[in-house]
Amino acid sequence: MESNGFISRAAGTGKEGVIKAASERPALIILDLGLPDIDGVDVLKKIREWSEVPVLVLSVRDSESDIVACLDAGADDYLTKPFRTGELLARVRNALRHRVSLQEETVFKVRDVQVDLSARTVKKGSEIVKLTATEYALLALFVRNAGRVLTHNYILAQVWGPTFAGESQYTRVYVGQLRKKIEADPSNPKIILTESGIGYRLYIEPEGG
Amino acid sequence: MAERDYSRPDPDELLRSLKKEEEKLEKGKLKLFFGMCAGVGKTYAMLSEARESVGKGVDVVIGYVETHNRMETAELVLGLEVVPRKKFEYRGTMLEEMDIDAVLARKPKVVLVDELAHTNAPGSRHARRYQDVLEILDNGIDVYTTLNVQHLESRADTVAQITGSVVRETVPDSIFEAADDIKVIDIPPDELLKRLKEGKVYTAERSRQAVANFFKEGNLSALREMSLRMTAERVDRQIREYRRGQRISSTWKSGQRLIAAISPSPHSVSVIRWARRVSYTMDASWVVVYVDQSDKLTDEQRDQLAKNIKLARELGGEVVTTSGIDIAESLIRVAREQNASQILVGKPDRFLFSRAARLIDDLMQKSRDLDIYIVAQEQASRRRLSSLLPRPQSSLFQYAGAAAAVLVTALICFPLQDYVGYRPVSFILLLVVTLLPLKFGPGPTVLAAATGALSWDFLFIPPRYTLSINNLEDTFLATMFFIVAAVTGVLSARVRKRERIIRQREQRTSALFALTKELSSAHSQDEVVLAAVENIKKYFDAEVVVILADTEGEMNSSAHRASSFLPDSKEFSVAAWVYWNEKKAGKNTDTLPFASATYFPMSGPRYTLGVIGVKLISDSELSFDQETLLENFVSQITSAIERELLNDVNRKSIVVAESERLYKTLFNSISHEFRTPIATIMGLSENLHSSQSDVGNQKSEIDEIHLAAERLNRLVANLLDMTRLESGMIKPRLDWCDVRDIVNRALKNLERELDRHEVSVDIADSVPLMRLDFGLVEQALSNLIHNAALHTPPGTDIMVRGYLEGDDTCVISVADNGPGLQKEDINKIFEKFYRAQNGKSGGTGLGLTIARGFVEAHHGTIIARNRTEGGAEFVVKLPVSGNTGEQSLEKP
Repeated sequence: MESNGFISRAAGTGKEGVIKAASERPALIILDLGLPDIDGVDVLKKIREWSEVPVLVLSVRDSESDIVACLDAGADDYLTKPFRTGELLARVRNALRHRVSLQEETVFKVRDVQVDLSARTVKKGSEIVKLTATEYALLALFVRNAGRVLTHNYILAQVWGPTFAGESQYTRVYVGQLRKKIEADPSNPKIILTESGIGYRLYIEPEGG
Repeated sequence: MAERDYSRPDPDELLRSLKKEEEKLEKGKLKLFFGMCAGVGKTYAMLSEARESVGKGVDVVIGYVETHNRMETAELVLGLEVVPRKKFEYRGTMLEEMDIDAVLARKPKVVLVDELAHTNAPGSRHARRYQDVLEILDNGIDVYTTLNVQHLESRADTVAQITGSVVRETVPDSIFEAADDIKVIDIPPDELLKRLKEGKVYTAERSRQAVANFFKEGNLSALREMSLRMTAERVDRQIREYRRGQRISSTWKSGQRLIAAISPSPHSVSVIRWARRVSYTMDASWVVVYVDQSDKLTDEQRDQLAKNIKLARELGGEVVTTSGIDIAESLIRVAREQNASQILVGKPDRFLFSRAARLIDDLMQKSRDLDIYIVAQEQASRRRLSSLLPRPQSSLFQYAGAAAAVLVTALICFPLQDYVGYRPVSFILLLVVTLLPLKFGPGPTVLAAATGALSWDFLFIPPRYTLSINNLEDTFLATMFFIVAAVTGVLSARVRKRERIIRQREQRTSALFALTKELSSAHSQDEVVLAAVENIKKYFDAEVVVILADTEGEMNSSAHRASSFLPDSKEFSVAAWVYWNEKKAGKNTDTLPFASATYFPMSGPRYTLGVIGVKLISDSELSFDQETLLENFVSQITSAIERELLNDVNRKSIVVAESERLYKTLFNSISHEFRTPIATIMGLSENLHSSQSDVGNQKSEIDEIHLAAERLNRLVANLLDMTRLESGMIKPRLDWCDVRDIVNRALKNLERELDRHEVSVDIADSVPLMRLDFGLVEQALSNLIHNAALHTPPGTDIMVRGYLEGDDTCVISVADNGPGLQKEDINKIFEKFYRAQNGKSGGTGLGLTIARGFVEAHHGTIIARNRTEGGAEFVVKLPVSGNTGEQSLEKP
C-alpha cells in the first residue's frame, strides 16, 4: 500500500481496530473478517455507529453469508482472498472516490450505454433503449452506486420495498431482462456484473481508462 | 440475502411430518344402518351398498356379518372378501367373534361390522363390539354397521316400557351422534309382519314366538316412531349447526348448562337419561354431580355408583364429584361454579322423613334463581327398590357397643349413689355419651343417650327398678338429660364426620402435592420414574410398572428398571394396546379385563410417552375418588416425563449447535490462516513483477513464485472443500439463481486457465431460475471446466450446455473434443485422490470429488462419459423441483 502512496496502520485484533479507527481517523478501513477476538461484522457495526468512513471487507471464499452481513451492515465493498494487489488498489480508489463525489452526476456513461438521470433516458450507442419503470429504477440504482457491490436485499428494498426481502428471484429476473436490453452479449455481461452469492455490481471503467 | 438460521427445520420437511401426523389423526368414517327392530333389512342394505362400492373399486371387506340364514342376505355376502373370524373356546363351547387384529392388519378402506350392540365373548379384547368399531375407526378405516333403536342407551328404558322386555345390550348414544352418516332402513309394520310370516326373518317356529312377544303391531309402530324421530332430531340438529355456519367448534352452543344430581342408587339412571334427553333438545351441555358425603358405601352401592358414572360418561355428560355434608348446598355450589341454570334431581318415592325429600325442600329454599327439575323414577328402576332403603351407616355392633358402654358405666356408678346421691351420676353418664361420638356414629350416640336416660331412671331415680318417676323435678332432669346427650352426641358426630371429609381431602391434596414436589425436584427421566413408582406404591398400596417410549416413538420392549413388578409377555401386549390406543385398559376396565394390572397411557400432547401399569396388592377395586387421584397422578407424571424429554432434546440441540459453531469458527480461522500468507505471496510477487526491471532471470523466477502460490491456493481451496464435504457440514444455502449467471462466473474465474481453449456456452431459454447455492454450484462447474481444460490439449473446444430434461430436471453438461476418458477411469474418476492414468500434473485428484459432493448436496447427480463424436462429457443433473421463479413473479 505504502508503495502506492497510502499510509497504513495495522491493528491485530478487532477491538484494537475499533480503537484505532477512532483515534487515527483513517480515510478508509480494510477489515479482514478472520479476526482473533470478535466477529468482523460486530467491528463494522461498532464503527458504523459513529463513522461513515469507507470500509472494505476482506474475506475468504465460502463466507458469502458473512460478506452479505457486512455489506448489509454498511460495508462499502469486499474482496475475497487471494486477490491481486491491483484489484485491491482499484477497489480502494473506487471506494474513496465514491465518498468524495456523492453528489449526483446526472449523466453517466458505462461502456456504450449512457444513462441520463435527469431526463430519465437510457441510450445504447445512439439508440434510445425503452425500459419499464422497474427496469429503469433498477438501472438508476446501479448507476447511483456505480462500482459498488449491491446485495440482493439492498436492491430489493430500494426498488421493490422492504417487504420484498428474501425474494431474490425478482432481482434475478429483472437483471436478466435489463441485460438483454443493454448488454452486447447478455450471456457474458460486461455492464451489470454478478457477484457470486452476494449480489450485483455495475462495472465502472478503471481510473484514467 | 440476510443470514438465515439454518438449524431451522426445513418447511417442506415440516409439512411432510404434519401431513403424516394428520393421516394418523384422520379417523375413519362411521356409517350407521339404523332400523326399528330386527328384520327390517339393515344387513341387506349394508351389503348392497358394500357391493356397489366394490363395483366402484373401493376396497371393502366383511369384518363380521350375521346372515341369520336368510337366503337373500347370504347371497349378497358371496363374492365379498371376508376376514376370517376369531374362535374362542369358552366353557366348552366354541364362540366366534370378529378378529379385530386381522381387520386392522388387512387395513381395507371400508369394513362391514354387523350388529353394533353385540357383546363380545369373554376373553376378547373389548367387552363390547362397538368398542372394536371405535378402535377400527381410530385406525382410519371406515366402518359400515347396523343398529336397532332399542339398543340405544337412552332409549332402552322406553323400549322396555313399550315392549315389556328388558334390553341388555345397549350402546352409548354418543356413537349415534358420532356417526358420519345414518341411513334409516324403514318398512311399514304390516310389511314386516308379512315378512315374518313368510319366514324371511326367523324360522317358522321362532317367528311365531317372536310375533307373540315382541313383534306386535303396536310395538312396532312405537319403535318405528322412535327411530324416525331420533333420526329427524339429528337432521334437525345438523341443519341448525349448518345455519350457524359452524363458526364455533364445540358441540354445545347454546351456552345453557344443566346439572343432574346422582347418588349410588339405581334411581339415578333415570335422572341421567333424562338429563341427556333434555340437554339434547335444549342444546345444552350437562354435568352429572355426585356429592360424596364420605358415608361408607356398601359394595352394591359402590357398584351402582360406578355404573351411574359410567353411564353418564357414555351418554356424553361431564362428571363432577365433590365432597360435602349438605347435598343441597354442594349442588348449588357446583351449579354456580359450572354456570348451570338448571338442577335435575330424582323424585323421592317417600315424602315423609326421607333424605331425598329433605334435599328437595332444601334445594327449593336455597336455589333462588336456579330452576329445579324433579324427575320421576321409571318403572324399571322401581322394581329394585329394596336396595334403596336408607341403610344404617353404623353396624349393629356399634349400636350394641354404644349402649353397652353406657350400661357398664351405669353399673359401675351404682354403688356410688349411696355416697353422692343419684343426681351427680347423670353427669357421669352424660360425659360418657358425649365422648361416644369419638368412636361411633350419630345413630349409636342417640341410642346411647336413650339408654343413659332410661338406665338412670331405672337404676337411680327413686323409685328404683321402675321407669316411673315420682317427682316433677326428676322427670324434668331425665328428659333434659336425654335431650342434651342426644344433641351433643349428634353434633359432635357431625363435627367428626366433617373432619373426616376434610382429612380425606387433605390426604388427597397432600399426596398429589408430595408427588408434584418430588417430580419437580427430579433431575432426569430415571428420577422421575422412580418418584412416580414410589409415590403410587405408597398411596395406592400397589405394584407399579412403567414402560416408556423409545426415541423412535415405539414402546420399549422392557419395563423401566425402577418398576416394582415385571409384566409377562401377555401383560406387555395389554400395555402395547394401551400405548397405541391411548386409552386405559386391563383389570377393572372394559378392555382386556383379564390382565392382572390396570394400564394407563401417558398421553403427551403429540404422542404417547409410555404406559403406567398399576396392580393393587389387595386385589380390590379403587374407589371413584382414588381412581381420579390415580389419573391425576398419571397426568402429573406424564408432564414431568415430558419435561425431562424436552430438556434432553434441548441439551442435545445445544450441543449440536455448539459443535457446529465450533466447527465453523475453526474452519473459518484455518481458511483465513492459510490464505492470508498465500495472498501476501501472490500480491507481493505481482508487485515485484511489475516494479522490477528484468535483471537476469528474476522476472521469470518471480513468475514461478506466483504460479506456485496460485497452485497452492487451489490446493488449499480443494482441501478445505473436501474437509467440508466429509464433515457433512455442507448445507446448501438455497436462493434463486440463474444458471447463465453461474456458468458465466465460473468461466470468468478460469479466464487464465482457459486462454488456450475455445469455450462455447449454450443455455436453453427454457431453463428457469432455480433455487441453488450459487457458490457451491459455481465451484462444482468451475472444477468440471478446469478439469476439461487440464486434460485436453491446447486448442480443443470446451462446450457448456444447459437444457431441461422433462419438467423437473435441469441438465448442465461440460463437454470437450479432446482424447476422451479411459475406460477404467470412468468408474473411478469421482473417487477421492484418483487421478487419470494418463493424467498430467496440476490436479489434486479432488476437484471432481468435490464437484460430485456439491452436486449431490443439491440432490443432483453427476456422471462422466465419452461422447460418441469423441471427447469426454460430464453431465450434471439438478432437480428443478417445481420451484421456478417465474411462477410466483408478478409485476410489482
